[in-house]
Amino acid sequence: MAGKIVINEELCKGCALCVEFCPRDLIKPTRRLNAKGYYVVIFDPDGGECTACTLCAVICPEVSIEVYRE
Amino acid sequence: MKKVFSRTRALKPVAFHYCPGCGHSILHRLVAEVIEEMDLVDRAIGVPPAGCAVLAYFYFDVDMGEAPHGRGAAVATGIKRVLPDRLVFTYQGDGDIAAIGTAETIHAANRGEKITAIFVNNAVYGMTGGQMAPTSVVGQVTTTSPKGRDPSREGFPINFTELLAQIKGTAFAARASLQDPAHVLKTKKIIRKAFEAQMKGLGFSVVEVLSPCPTNWKMSPPQAFRWVKEEMVKHYPLGVFKDAEGESLAD
Repeated sequence: MAGKIVINEELCKGCALCVEFCPRDLIKPTRRLNAKGYYVVIFDPDGGECTACTLCAVICPEVSIEVYRE
Repeated sequence: MKKVFSRTRALKPVAFHYCPGCGHSILHRLVAEVIEEMDLVDRAIGVPPAGCAVLAYFYFDVDMGEAPHGRGAAVATGIKRVLPDRLVFTYQGDGDIAAIGTAETIHAANRGEKITAIFVNNAVYGMTGGQMAPTSVVGQVTTTSPKGRDPSREGFPINFTELLAQIKGTAFAARASLQDPAHVLKTKKIIRKAFEAQMKGLGFSVVEVLSPCPTNWKMSPPQAFRWVKEEMVKHYPLGVFKDAEGESLAD
């Protein structure tokens, strides 16, 4: 795996912009609620390889995504 | 694994109060990242507006001094004249800078005050519930223009940054957009140019940022970002309208 992201679910507001802009569709919406009552998103690397392009973190309004690269 | 993206230390480690998909939070981060990259965390002073971003001082880990509605440029003028070596920026919405604060802003620019205005244009009065703003685009439905903005009745949307670019004291004027990650990165570069113009003492600088307001536009966040790209940019062309440094280089 070349890259991975870590999502802070308690900061996530479920706006799904990361889902919209991930070029590899590796982020998925869920029906799981966080403490504030928002549906959080999850990183699902099973669908392909994360390249750590950081686009999800760049668009995330809540600064809830950290990106790591090998 | 190496961390390649994390929260800038110029932002406090707290959650934003903004709605899901709001452009304010992205722009807060960009401004904070530029402040950190320019090594100005200890020398930056921000002036938040009245509007959704009134609580910006909860998020920026730099000194902040709240201004009355629209008076950001006047308050920033005072701060900058007393502390001329600081980076002084206002953070104002379209209602704040382009309606109630028009006079202060134009005259601060005309005096060539060495401050930077970060102007968030979301084409609507956000905090008060989505009323028509001076920047609402033609045909836009808001709570006070339920049939769409009609220029014969409500006037035209104002291109405030182009107006400021005409003024001699303005050193840098540009419009950017948060419509997608590529434009977010471009916006950050433009903010840096504006801050550099200020720190070089060239004059007034302004960066207008087209920003989505999903709640008041009654759209999902991805829809709102598309609306910025497809509708707002038609009325508010992106680009650098004035760059005093660029001009002097061209001479």
